[in-house]
Amino acid sequence: MTRKQFRLAFIGGALAVGGLAVGLMLFAFRGSVALFMSPSDIVQQSPAPGARLRIGGLVVNGSSAKTAQSLTFAVTDGTHEVGVVCAGECFAAVPDLFREGQGVVAEGVYDSSHKLMADSLLAKHDERYMPREVVDALKKQGRWQEGQAAK
Amino acid sequence: MIVEAGHFALALALALSLLQAGVPFWGARTGDPTLMRVADGTALGQFFFVGLAFAALAYAHLTSDFSVVNVEENSHSAMPAIYKFSGVWGNHEGSMLLWSTILAAFGALVATTGGALPLRLRADALAVQGLIGAAFLAFILATSDPFARLSPAPFEGRDLNPILQDPGLAIHPPMLYIGYVGFSIVFSFAAAALIEGRIDAAWARFVRPYTLVAWSFLTLGIAMGSYWAYYTLGWGGFWFWDPVENASLMPWLAGTAFLHSVAVMEKRDALKVWTIFLAVLAFSFSLLGTFLVRSGVLTSVHAFANDPKRGLVILGILGAFVAGSLALFAWRAPLLRQGGLFAPISREGALVVNNLFLTTSCATVLIGTLYPLALEQFTGQKISVGAPFFNATCGVLLLATGFLTPFGYSLAWKRGDLLGVAQRLAFALACGVATLVAILAATRGGPVLAPIAAAIAVFVMLGAVSEVAARGFRGRAKVGVALHRLAGLPLSFWGGTLAHFGVGMLMLGLAATGFGSEVIATMKQGQTLTVGPYEITYDGSRTQPGPNYQEVVADLRVTQDGARVTTLSPARRNFGARKMSTTQAGIATLWLGQLYLSINDLAPDGTLPVRLYWKPLVTLIWLGAVAMALGGALSLTDRRLRIGAPVRARSSREAAPA
Repeated sequence: MTRKQFRLAFIGGALAVGGLAVGLMLFAFRGSVALFMSPSDIVQQSPAPGARLRIGGLVVNGSSAKTAQSLTFAVTDGTHEVGVVCAGECFAAVPDLFREGQGVVAEGVYDSSHKLMADSLLAKHDERYMPREVVDALKKQGRWQEGQAAK
Repeated sequence: MIVEAGHFALALALALSLLQAGVPFWGARTGDPTLMRVADGTALGQFFFVGLAFAALAYAHLTSDFSVVNVEENSHSAMPAIYKFSGVWGNHEGSMLLWSTILAAFGALVATTGGALPLRLRADALAVQGLIGAAFLAFILATSDPFARLSPAPFEGRDLNPILQDPGLAIHPPMLYIGYVGFSIVFSFAAAALIEGRIDAAWARFVRPYTLVAWSFLTLGIAMGSYWAYYTLGWGGFWFWDPVENASLMPWLAGTAFLHSVAVMEKRDALKVWTIFLAVLAFSFSLLGTFLVRSGVLTSVHAFANDPKRGLVILGILGAFVAGSLALFAWRAPLLRQGGLFAPISREGALVVNNLFLTTSCATVLIGTLYPLALEQFTGQKISVGAPFFNATCGVLLLATGFLTPFGYSLAWKRGDLLGVAQRLAFALACGVATLVAILAATRGGPVLAPIAAAIAVFVMLGAVSEVAARGFRGRAKVGVALHRLAGLPLSFWGGTLAHFGVGMLMLGLAATGFGSEVIATMKQGQTLTVGPYEITYDGSRTQPGPNYQEVVADLRVTQDGARVTTLSPARRNFGARKMSTTQAGIATLWLGQLYLSINDLAPDGTLPVRLYWKPLVTLIWLGAVAMALGGALSLTDRRLRIGAPVRARSSREAAPA
């Protein structure tokens, strides 16, 4: 085998594996990518039911209700609110740090009742840290004071 | 006083690292051995002073000196000593200091163990290592001073984040950092080889031990982090495709590829340019990981409150080293003498395929992690890429890599015989297919990939065993002869075999997650639930105080067909200082599976909300990783790999390949 053939085989192999990866990625991107929206974005743009979304904001005080199988609450960016239902897989993994009045990011499917059927929740990790999405959502509504929570 | 001494030591270390970067490099260019030898002394000195700074910070934490901002923000006088100590790196400043300490330690390791290395190579490598050290020490001193004082000093600290008050913090970050930062040595040697424009099989022999150390620790560190998340986050997940986890997986994938390609270089003097490229890549991913974790650009469970300016500085360091090394690579790589050629069907060819798959899966992780960031920068649209994406891309590619592993491992160097290998692996392959058929027949629904992964896992494990058998019983040897032969096989062969067996164990553990069962319920006292093959009865709960928390412990009895198996005692801990609660899951390891039980706060009516999981074979995930790391350690002890040791300890024909 000459050096040229060797190089060709190498590049051919690389292209084949790379092509496989690109194919897999294009396939995977269709079903598993969530668009981030703030509660106001959702109210204004009203996304189609079935869309995969990620919502960030604060948990509305007094809005959370827990049953044996699910947790429901509302997320606000100070202007609008969106209801979130957290059941099943999501309910099994409610973070310890989930609390009313605190930042939360919920990801799931937006359904025809204008609620987010969440499959995962992300709550803050220490009291000085707030998910960036939440900060941005609050900033957009002018409800964020610099240096308020995140240092 | 000790704290100020620590600060001063850090500044001295920076000065020494600058010397280490400059003097030996100049010596290597002018051919002055005295200047080149400066590298050793400065590397040792840098390690001494960084270590001193680290010790000073640890002292401040252990003695709860709340006049130090870092201690005040992350410690509490009532904390157990082990968490006071591990709290040293449970924050941004301290973890960067740990990073630099380990970096300097690796430099010192080369200075002390590298006596057999060519002087010029050692000088250049240590100079590059010194440059990395200088960049990070300057970063710490300029933006993340761990020794800043607070006046007046408060009486009590704000406590360490309760999630971090766990033995996991004592183990996971140091191991992970030894892995991450260990690749800096490989990077430094690659840069030194490029500067000299010369690289050969001896180079591969020099870097292999450091690579094995870094790789083994990285493997353990990732596994440890995953087990920590598993038992602490309270819902039995062990891998979340969180950006920060991806940041540790990427160097691991690139490092694993490097470990394999460096073997080709050592044995066959081939794939030189590619190996150098992987060395640069592995450490670049380590730096990228540091940037992703420390800059706060990503929303992640690992993010600390952070100052965006620091992110910019780390991005600068990352950019400078990656761009610098790639430019060096582009400029100097053509000078490297071309390596040897080999037939496509051979051990070398198989390792090239391994490399292609590992780097491609690494690329998919990179794209999945950075694409959302790039999209937001350029279009303002925010998306998140979740686990399904990574499972369908990286997961599938790694499954394919696993499937190819036994074939590659059984092929001979130079020119292999695929048919012979297929015959050798026929038994393992048949067992794999039988597993697939059995699972498909026994279960309905479930994840698509799980049965396939289980089948490949069985194939990989038995493939490793077949290879051992084939080595021993070659030519229909008798048992006595075979055992004698096996005893004569080099340790690096056993290390490789154990590591590959570990890959199979890991895959089997992952596959088995598709076949567990879970129950989410609220239990009354005396009530019994069934999960998997076990019944669980709630006996009651009690409140007890801990050192710096109050906890509610629930007692649940586990029985199987009426016979008592064990008791689970999950707990909820309430930390007063931060007004936070954490969950301590109750876990019982039964055979290789685990019964996992986590609870929430008691309901007002006294009922207990529980999440119960039966996870068959789940421990294999971590045991597999441990087997891989042990395999790395076993290879490391191989006499033939030791620099300065006689090149060939045994000359029997059986002992030659590894």
